[in-house]
Amino acid sequence: MIELVWLIPIFPLIGFLINGLFGRRFSEKTIGWIGAGSVGASFVVAVSIFLELLNMAPGTRSIQKIVYSWIWSGDLNVPIGFLVDPLSIVMIMVVSGVGCIIHIYSIGYMHGEIGFRRYFSYLNLFVFNMLILVSANNFLLMFVGWEGVGLCSYLLIGYYYEKKSASDAGKKAFVVNRIGDFGFLLGMFLIFTVFGTFNYVDVFAAAPERLTQGGNLVTLITLLLFVGATGKSAQIPLYTWLPDAMEGPTPVSALIHAATMVTAGVYMVSRCSVMFAMAPVSLTVVAIIGGLTALFAATIGITQFDIKRVLAYSTISQLGFMFMACGVGAFSTGIFHLMTHAFFKALLFMAAGSVMHAMSGELDMRKMGGLRKKLPYTHWTYLFGTLAIAGIFPFAGFFSKDEILYYALQKNMVFWIMGAVAAVMTSFYMFRSVFMTFYGKSRVEPDVAHHLHESPPLMTVPLMILAFLSLVGGFVGIPVIEGAQRFSNFLSPVFAPAKAIIEHGAHHAGHHSVTAELVLMGVSLAIAILGLLVARYMYITSPETPGRIVERFSGLHRLVFNKYWIDELYDFLFVNSIVEFSRFLWKKFDEAVVDGAVNGVAAVVRTFGSVLRLLQTGLVKDYALSVLVGAMVVIGYLLLR
Amino acid sequence: MVTLEHYLVLSALLFSLGMVGVMFRRNLIVILMSLELMLNAVNLSFVAFSRYLGSIEGQIFVLFVMVVAAAEVAVGLAIAVAVFRQRGTININDISLLKW
Repeated sequence: MIELVWLIPIFPLIGFLINGLFGRRFSEKTIGWIGAGSVGASFVVAVSIFLELLNMAPGTRSIQKIVYSWIWSGDLNVPIGFLVDPLSIVMIMVVSGVGCIIHIYSIGYMHGEIGFRRYFSYLNLFVFNMLILVSANNFLLMFVGWEGVGLCSYLLIGYYYEKKSASDAGKKAFVVNRIGDFGFLLGMFLIFTVFGTFNYVDVFAAAPERLTQGGNLVTLITLLLFVGATGKSAQIPLYTWLPDAMEGPTPVSALIHAATMVTAGVYMVSRCSVMFAMAPVSLTVVAIIGGLTALFAATIGITQFDIKRVLAYSTISQLGFMFMACGVGAFSTGIFHLMTHAFFKALLFMAAGSVMHAMSGELDMRKMGGLRKKLPYTHWTYLFGTLAIAGIFPFAGFFSKDEILYYALQKNMVFWIMGAVAAVMTSFYMFRSVFMTFYGKSRVEPDVAHHLHESPPLMTVPLMILAFLSLVGGFVGIPVIEGAQRFSNFLSPVFAPAKAIIEHGAHHAGHHSVTAELVLMGVSLAIAILGLLVARYMYITSPETPGRIVERFSGLHRLVFNKYWIDELYDFLFVNSIVEFSRFLWKKFDEAVVDGAVNGVAAVVRTFGSVLRLLQTGLVKDYALSVLVGAMVVIGYLLLR
Repeated sequence: MVTLEHYLVLSALLFSLGMVGVMFRRNLIVILMSLELMLNAVNLSFVAFSRYLGSIEGQIFVLFVMVVAAAEVAVGLAIAVAVFRQRGTININDISLLKW
């Protein structure tokens, strides 16, 4: 079955082609089920490959399958090849599994939309590219997927392209991502100059010999790669596109901007774990950026009223957690959080989409409240997602977040504090959104209120599946109990070389204290519950408190509410100067110099022509005279020479 | 004794006469006639040289020139007729269309 790994990305591609080329005559149902079915087929293949991997000895679970030699030129030989190992199969299963659920949800959510077929073909194209990204066996093919998901993200953010804000958001996402991609490309070029190949296995095997531990070159490569990751995974300083990306349809936000695409950076950093392990400086940078982003985005999330924006900032914050995990060397924990986050964040977004569906498109939480009775399924599933992300035992987020905090503390107290504060805020703003949306008095506008209805089963069933996964997803990685960390054990062959390098440098083997771990778990739980209680006090018990706090710290609140004016700062620092420079080039160089040269040539020719055309009198006798004069000149020359 | 020079002088005179006609007359028909005169002047010198040099080639050229002249007259007169029908005049100064 492993031989058939190429089938995994092919199915969504076929779905894209069928819907994209022939979908005009299909009904909505056909289009939707072709879309969902193709991703489902990939998921089935992925699961069977996964089961086969489980039956193999842990050390041998890394198989490459070359399908086609794509670029074959001199030193540069790049095949279209796939790498099946624990890391890629986990990613493939998350992408295709969550992708399939979101496709099904989309059939209900997008019902009656004008571009239904366009939506599903883009979504399938996205899944295809994402699967290429995570299953490729070399950097270049990964880059193809990397750019492909960026394209689909752009297309789907701008899905409602008649809306200016949506098309602007698409452009912003694309441009910001390009900046990151630039770093990624440079990193790739460096890898090729050093190793002469793009193949992961060859590069990582040769890395300890070709690069010096902690050397400048490996630091530079990893930092450049990380620049790419900050773009795709919305980390400081390139995170600004993600909140705006919420202009797209909600399932798109769930699939691309929460569960899968934005985690590509985490995957890439984990994939290159060997090189990152060799560059302690880069690892520290990753951890600091991750921690800062987690903290920073969480503070913005607290102040937002748009339910999708809260979730968007929460996504940025959670991605920060994942990078912090990678930065402290706990790559498998980062991937663990990636997986649980994919479950609960997709769930939260889709539940928010269900709320939006019921509320005739309203997103402002100030106009919600008390929806619990009207939307029972949505309420329960959203609550499950919230419990998971806040890290309440025994939901999935508890295990993964606790593990991150544990490793962060082992590395450095500062990281733990950043993570813990961010976790309190996470819990707070998530329960704030729950209480504002589903509890308390209804603030729904009357004409919206009598339309309120629970979503159809096509939407609620996927929610329930994800709610179930958010509940049990964490049990693959139970801490403390020896041998119960199945998830990290499964991934350990992939990260073993990196781990060895890190531990070799650190000199002390991670002393594993059960008591410390239990205490930390208690603290994590306390943190989550603290956030819950504060949110409950402020939004249920005494709803006037938030207003008072805002008044008290109005300056601070304005700063945070306006997202620290980072967008405006970027506009001021980069966007405007580039626009001005472009305008200068347009007016001064393009119009004056280039156009001037072309028009100048034409003007010179025209001037000459206007003089010479006076010779054309149109009178036969003048022409005859010129013939005569010419003949006389020739004869005179012949006679006189 | 009529020598070559006589023929050549006559030819030159005829040619000049034709040329003056082409240059200064305004009637298209007269201009065509003057052109014929120029061609025939050339024919005369061809024949004279042919006789003088004892070579047949000059006479062959004359035949060619006559053929071309006949064709030219046919086309030229047809144009003159067409121009007259179109514009009601064959005054050469009134049909200076191909000018700036």
